[in-house]
Amino acid sequence: MSKLIFEKNLKGSNSFTLPPADIPEVDITSSIPASFLRETAPALPDISEVEAVRHFVDLSHRAYGVDNGFYPLGSCTMKYSPKINEWAARLPGFTSIHPYQSVETVQGAMELLYNMQNMLAEITGMDAVTLQPAAGAHGEMTGVMIIKAYHQGRNDQGRTKMMVPDSAHGTNPATANVVGYDVVEVKSNRRGLVDLEDLKSKMSPEIAGLMLTNPNTLGLFEEEIQDIAAVVHDGGGLLYYDGANLNAVMGISRPGDMGFDVVHLNLHKTFSTPHGGGGPGSGPVGVKSYLADYLPVPMVDKKDDKYIFVYDRPLSIGKVKNFYGNFGVIVKAYAYILALGAEGIKDAAQQAVLNANYLRQHLKKDYHIPFDRLCKHEFVATAKRQVDENGVITLDIAKRLTDYGFHPPTVYFPLIVKEALMIEPTETETRERLDDFLQAMASIAEEARNHPEIVTNAPHNAVITRVDEVTAARKPVVKWEDDS
Amino acid sequence: MKYTPNSPAIVEDMLRSAGFNSLDELFSDVPEAIRLDRKLKLGPGRSEIELTRELKGLAAKNLNTEDYPCFLGAGAYDHYIPAAIDQLLLRSEFYTAYTPYQAEINQGILQSIFEYQSMICMLTGMDVANASMYDGGSALAEACVLACANSKGKKVLLPDTVHPEYQQILQTYAISGKMEIVIVPSTAGVCDLEKMISLIDEDTACVVIQQPNFFGHLEEVEKLADAVHRNKGFLVMAVDPISLAILKPPADVGADIVVGEGQALGNSLSFGGPYLGFFAATKKFLRRLPGRIVGQTTDTEGRRAFVLTLQAREQHIRREKANSNICSNQALNALAATMYLTLIGSTGLQAIAVRCHQLAVYAARELEKAGLKLKYKAPFFREFAVLLDDPARANRRLLENGIIGGYELEDAMLLAFTEKRTGAEIDQLVAVLGGEA
Amino acid sequence: MEVPKDLLYTTEHEWIRVEGEQVYLGITDYAQDQLGDIVFVELPELETEVITGDAIAVVESVKAVSSVYSPVSGTVVESNIELEDLPELLNEEPYSNHIAVINISDPDELEDLMSPADYEAFCAEQE
Repeated sequence: MSKLIFEKNLKGSNSFTLPPADIPEVDITSSIPASFLRETAPALPDISEVEAVRHFVDLSHRAYGVDNGFYPLGSCTMKYSPKINEWAARLPGFTSIHPYQSVETVQGAMELLYNMQNMLAEITGMDAVTLQPAAGAHGEMTGVMIIKAYHQGRNDQGRTKMMVPDSAHGTNPATANVVGYDVVEVKSNRRGLVDLEDLKSKMSPEIAGLMLTNPNTLGLFEEEIQDIAAVVHDGGGLLYYDGANLNAVMGISRPGDMGFDVVHLNLHKTFSTPHGGGGPGSGPVGVKSYLADYLPVPMVDKKDDKYIFVYDRPLSIGKVKNFYGNFGVIVKAYAYILALGAEGIKDAAQQAVLNANYLRQHLKKDYHIPFDRLCKHEFVATAKRQVDENGVITLDIAKRLTDYGFHPPTVYFPLIVKEALMIEPTETETRERLDDFLQAMASIAEEARNHPEIVTNAPHNAVITRVDEVTAARKPVVKWEDDS
Repeated sequence: MKYTPNSPAIVEDMLRSAGFNSLDELFSDVPEAIRLDRKLKLGPGRSEIELTRELKGLAAKNLNTEDYPCFLGAGAYDHYIPAAIDQLLLRSEFYTAYTPYQAEINQGILQSIFEYQSMICMLTGMDVANASMYDGGSALAEACVLACANSKGKKVLLPDTVHPEYQQILQTYAISGKMEIVIVPSTAGVCDLEKMISLIDEDTACVVIQQPNFFGHLEEVEKLADAVHRNKGFLVMAVDPISLAILKPPADVGADIVVGEGQALGNSLSFGGPYLGFFAATKKFLRRLPGRIVGQTTDTEGRRAFVLTLQAREQHIRREKANSNICSNQALNALAATMYLTLIGSTGLQAIAVRCHQLAVYAARELEKAGLKLKYKAPFFREFAVLLDDPARANRRLLENGIIGGYELEDAMLLAFTEKRTGAEIDQLVAVLGGEA
Repeated sequence: MEVPKDLLYTTEHEWIRVEGEQVYLGITDYAQDQLGDIVFVELPELETEVITGDAIAVVESVKAVSSVYSPVSGTVVESNIELEDLPELLNEEPYSNHIAVINISDPDELEDLMSPADYEAFCAEQE
């Protein structure tokens, strides 16, 4: 067990210093009334640089990233993050520019943003793009706000509900609620796709739109997408594309051509920017021309060979974030798109889909695959056989996979499949790595049959065994308390 | 460059082994009519050498604060970042990891978040903090959403001394219909307490105050806290984390929810992002906070362990009942903040805060000596506005003299000071601005 | 799965015990089993006026969250504050630990509730 940074305190060991002041060092009490001042300093750690560095290096040893190994976390697109992108984002001309510098002094950054808006519009088949949202969910919120503003702008006030498929990620219904919509759930049919009849029966003048992921969370392409779009549009609603799964179809089919009106992207999924242990992401939003006026301010535009910010946009929803978006993340995604080019982007999608189908085909020997047909970039397997025959559940398999050196797939999602293991290999994995994974999954199935306790007690090689999540939630301890 | 490693021969093998004849067949479920029948207009792929040229070229078109002293603040600050931070952030176990759902193999990330939450509580004096939000402005919006969801009222009162972008973000979030934003005119650069208190009623979910405010001045918070608490509303504060080294912790002045822009803690300016929003609150809100929270628990052998906890709050479980939809946050930026506070320590943070203030005081006096006037007289921390007839012209002249000037207000320039600035740089600034007097 | 014979039930997996003009309300064995380890119960405020179908409490487990809906109209006259510190009581003895007591305004509404036999059949359908 490693100590918390607060337990490594060694009074007087911090040696951070400022340069000598070349101004009078007046006492702050002469310029700030005492009523504003704190009496005791915050109790931050007092630690030397070398011990601080060792502390964080030690923490890094107890973490697992894509650079450590295979990370088939479904719906998260854990592809390799190219190192050149990290280099690019660290250029002083990008890191050390203030967001309020005059535009003349940041033309390179503006050019990058402008080009990025255009490239993402091209990839998605949309007419205008904002780079402002900070993450996928934030982009979703922005997109749904735009839908709301559009209906309000047409004085179409009765649309108080948003449709969401039952296979959707929780973010979709949460977003609809956050923007002030009631949620209407659309059922999936036996093939795992949107049930068109159910959709038709629920479409009404109260519906603002439908939020859809395509391919959906089962990794299946919504083959009837044109009919779905027609139902929603004919009913006066708008179609929202959750870009979580764009990696499967980029360069092959564009949301704009499928009939979507609004789309958000996850640059930290599809466009390779690293997830950072939970962020930062970036969630650009693209819209068709008739929604462009509602995009947040400012937009980046080009006028007489000069890049400018456009704030005068009276119909805009406003701002969802300070400044212009997660610029440093956008730089990385920009470098990625340039590196791949048109053919590389399409190749990435093809290889992602190939890798997923390869795993699906070979995994079914040992695992139940509820929708066993052509999938896109991911598919869902289950622990049904292991549960029924050996009492081994999905969670056990996930934990056991870590003993074999793999990050587990997404588990227990989507909710419409029991004991789900949602597997997304991404395009950046070699066949050899996929075969190793298949081998590990086969070994776990074997263990489940013959020595289930090995699986149910996993992990065995981690720094800790399974954690007590129940006590954590019943009696929460969410910060360090000084007991000394 | 391509990052797809399988050779054409292996791809062929894999296709056959998976039961397909061609890559095209993998997309047979995509209707013909919606297939893209042309190449994307993105141009050819680039080699690394071409990429470096192209990106260096773009970066070189920007004037940066490494080369030009910068007096811009207004929510983003040019602080020094200890060299160790970037080296540590490049540990790819950190930056290429996903959210630590699998606790056993991600104890390191979970522990770092627990340490971050603890430090935010130390700075603010609050009981609980989450794992981070997108930035200061969106954190403030979520704080008001939280206040409204836990109050009978839906009115959000704030003085116009709150950052104008924060005001705008709040207005945008209010499209939900769940908040009513009321912006109250200030007097002399600070909140008009009397007017504000007179507007607090039982429909008031919260009062928002920024400390120091947008103009750099210190706000009297306690009376507002009392007034809003008497009406069963909440006090929401947006604070500058550097200032917390010397200013009273928000908990001591009656704050219920505290947010802020955390960029100043070890994160580069990066043209506005990625930054981090911090979010802390009283215990009452523990099971209502937006975003991720790490808790301490034990493993089956009784050893201390960390885990994402109280997940029933979050969108993936609460779905349409969730009051926030946040999933990805700014974890790596929060990690940078944790490293920063660790490397700087309490005395370091205090020294930085004091230096920022002293430089600002020095600048104010020198500007006054040069015949210029400050826009407002109230006490300030590290930022203030100086009156100028034409701030845009003044900024152009500063730039000609190799200085990135301040934030342009209608009749003034908002100047910010960090420990990176020197008296000599301020003397240059004053010399140029003095010519504008 | 236990379904006591002296209680009434709802399709939301709540049990109801009628005592004069008051009803005791809790969640069933089936509900607690589906939720798993319960970690927190958000109780209704006293004197809250409720109508049938109002969400009056929230039960949270590690991986799920579920609203408790009032099966009747009336006024909340008691919240079981013991659950604040011991939410696990709902797992251990779901029928001995109520969540709230409601003073009913319209006793006729009780006729819409399910008998033990109906509820058992209803649960069987859910499988």
